[in-house]
Amino acid sequence: MQDEAALAINKNERPTARRQRAWNPRLLILLIPPIIWLSIFLFAPYAVLFINSFWKVDFGSIVHEFTWGNYTKFFTNSLYYGTFLKTLKIAAWVTVFSILLSYPLAYFINFKIKKNKQLFYTLVIIPLWVSYLVRAYAWKIVLGQDGILNNVLLAVGLIDHPMEIFLYSQYAVVLALTHIYTPWVLMSIYTSLEHIPRDVLEASKDLGAGRFRTFFRVVLPLSLPGLIAGATFAFVLTMGDFLAPQLLGGTSSMMVSNVVYSLFGVANNWPLGSTIGILTLFVVLGILQLTHRLEHRTTSFEAGTRGR
Amino acid sequence: MNPIVELVQVEKRFGSETVVKGIDLAVRKGEFLTILGPSGCGKTTTLRMIAGFERPTGGEILLEGRNVVDVPPYKRDVNTVFQSYALFPHMTVYDNIAYGLKMKGVPMAQRADRVKEVLRMVQLEPMAGRKPMQLSGGQQQRVAVARALINNPKVLLLDEPLGALDLKLRKQMQIELKHLQQRLGITFIYITHDQEEALTMSDRIAVMNQGRIEQVATPEEIYHYPQSKYVADFIGETNLLDVQIVSRTDSGIVLDYAGRKLVGKLGRNQTPTDKMTLSVRPERIRMAKEEEADWPFALPGKVEEVIFVGSFVRTIVRLTDGTQLHAMAPSQGKAAFTAGEQVWLGWEEADGIVIGA
Ligand SMILES: Nc1ncnc2c1ncn2[C@@H]1O[C@H](COP(=O)(O)OP(=O)(O)O)[C@@H](O)[C@H]1O
Ligand SMILES: [Mg+2]
Repeated sequence: MQDEAALAINKNERPTARRQRAWNPRLLILLIPPIIWLSIFLFAPYAVLFINSFWKVDFGSIVHEFTWGNYTKFFTNSLYYGTFLKTLKIAAWVTVFSILLSYPLAYFINFKIKKNKQLFYTLVIIPLWVSYLVRAYAWKIVLGQDGILNNVLLAVGLIDHPMEIFLYSQYAVVLALTHIYTPWVLMSIYTSLEHIPRDVLEASKDLGAGRFRTFFRVVLPLSLPGLIAGATFAFVLTMGDFLAPQLLGGTSSMMVSNVVYSLFGVANNWPLGSTIGILTLFVVLGILQLTHRLEHRTTSFEAGTRGR
Repeated sequence: MNPIVELVQVEKRFGSETVVKGIDLAVRKGEFLTILGPSGCGKTTTLRMIAGFERPTGGEILLEGRNVVDVPPYKRDVNTVFQSYALFPHMTVYDNIAYGLKMKGVPMAQRADRVKEVLRMVQLEPMAGRKPMQLSGGQQQRVAVARALINNPKVLLLDEPLGALDLKLRKQMQIELKHLQQRLGITFIYITHDQEEALTMSDRIAVMNQGRIEQVATPEEIYHYPQSKYVADFIGETNLLDVQIVSRTDSGIVLDYAGRKLVGKLGRNQTPTDKMTLSVRPERIRMAKEEEADWPFALPGKVEEVIFVGSFVRTIVRLTDGTQLHAMAPSQGKAAFTAGEQVWLGWEEADGIVIGA
């Protein structure tokens, strides 16, 4: 009763406090530098991009005349919306595979390894310290025509001539990106698993749940914030990736960023490039908003996060 | 009656360190048994072996006569209240409490009735929809107890369940838990390092020290008839003197303490040897300004300090050999003694308990 009353008082108090703060001139002065910084480096570029997406293009040069044409083009030309959907699909696969790879590993390191836990964890996230390009090129060496995979398969006799399909395909892109983002996802999941106290798992077993039910009713829900954060990371970064498809993907696996890249480059169609950029931005913002809400609804043991 | 839980020579080693060193303990059905001992003496480890979280490296644990050493925790008819409460933070109070029944497959309607009943029992009905983090420490503690009790376990294990609460709430919860236990008739095995808590709540106390149980007895017996120097010192407050037996009389023993004659009584299960220890409680020591003729003996000393503690006055007296003795007496209008004064100390034969050194 008592603390309910206290809560009610707090609820009434907070908005007033905020209103007062908004009018505080000293605070406004303090806010000016970050506002300028954000304006120059964040809002201004997006504003330019946004405006650009409504200009016409005439024989390779921009005509400053309002049009919906770029948006229409995006939604009617399968090269554009198709690539966009394909990118979403690739991002989804990368996310799923990263989770499938990293969750069991994070679980194993956290719950099953007693000695040298830190060492195992470090070994698993070492790839993070290797440059992106090196990791992408490594896959070229593995998957290429004269690559390790082909040579092994030839030696075993499973194939009789080198396969080209391993490289320059969507599979290669998904594989490489999964490899690149798995450590991030793992780190995120591991952190939330690490914060689950042993007592809580024992309480579940004490109350009659075996290992399986304890996992699904206690461990998994409590690791959701980390899982969601990691998944968002992998998904969003894959959405914006253009190196992996360029190096390993071949023409059939162009992703959104490759299209944007060429529109701003060789194709010299900045307005359409801006359109795709803006649409991507909104989709990513939507995803971030969604996962942010999901994360908020889950509970973890990390300080500051709590279910509401 | 057969014990509901029986530990037979239970031993637990972690690597090279033996934490529990061959414990024998029989817990009776329906009793409130407290394992009392200082931090690090192996209490939690012992409890965890009974719950099934830890496997003994030696000996047997019998639950209703059946050896359960290889039975996993979720198949033992025993529930635990954890020191940290270990509530599920992502579930409401209701779901926390219902968890055990859900795992047992109790149908929803029946479950709801039972949860409500238990919520009422621990006075948490209005909190059913809250998450644990929205509760106070005392409320969380009740949820932990409710969550364990709803399963009607044969034995409830409680690991310092009140340790995180402030003193006032702790006192109140001690009584509540004790009443709950009496009402439900469930066997409680309760861990604490707080001797006062143990004395207040228990039917019997098992005093533990460095992985061994030193004595198992009722609070009164433990207090008045400690079986070892350790128990005498750990439970309540006592004065310990190194003594030698001079002779035995019909009712007690005559002792020699640094050349002076004392009287006492041999403690239970004690074998007289050359060197013994005499334990006398502060409230049993009487003091006088003159050597009284009708006392069996008297020790001379000098008052060092007089401390007023409300209902009692504590007097610290230094004996001629430098040893300090503490005496407690009900406080009267004004202090009977002052610092620096010469006094004589004595006690009844039955109040000087003689135990092995
Ligand atoms: N899993 C473990 N591994 C190694 N040592 C342990 C483990 N659990 C407890 N110990 C040690 O056993 C001793 C007794 O611990 P514990 O049973 O928790 O004591 P208490 O509950 O009486 O404070 C301590 O020295 C502790 O460090
Ligand atoms: Mg303990």
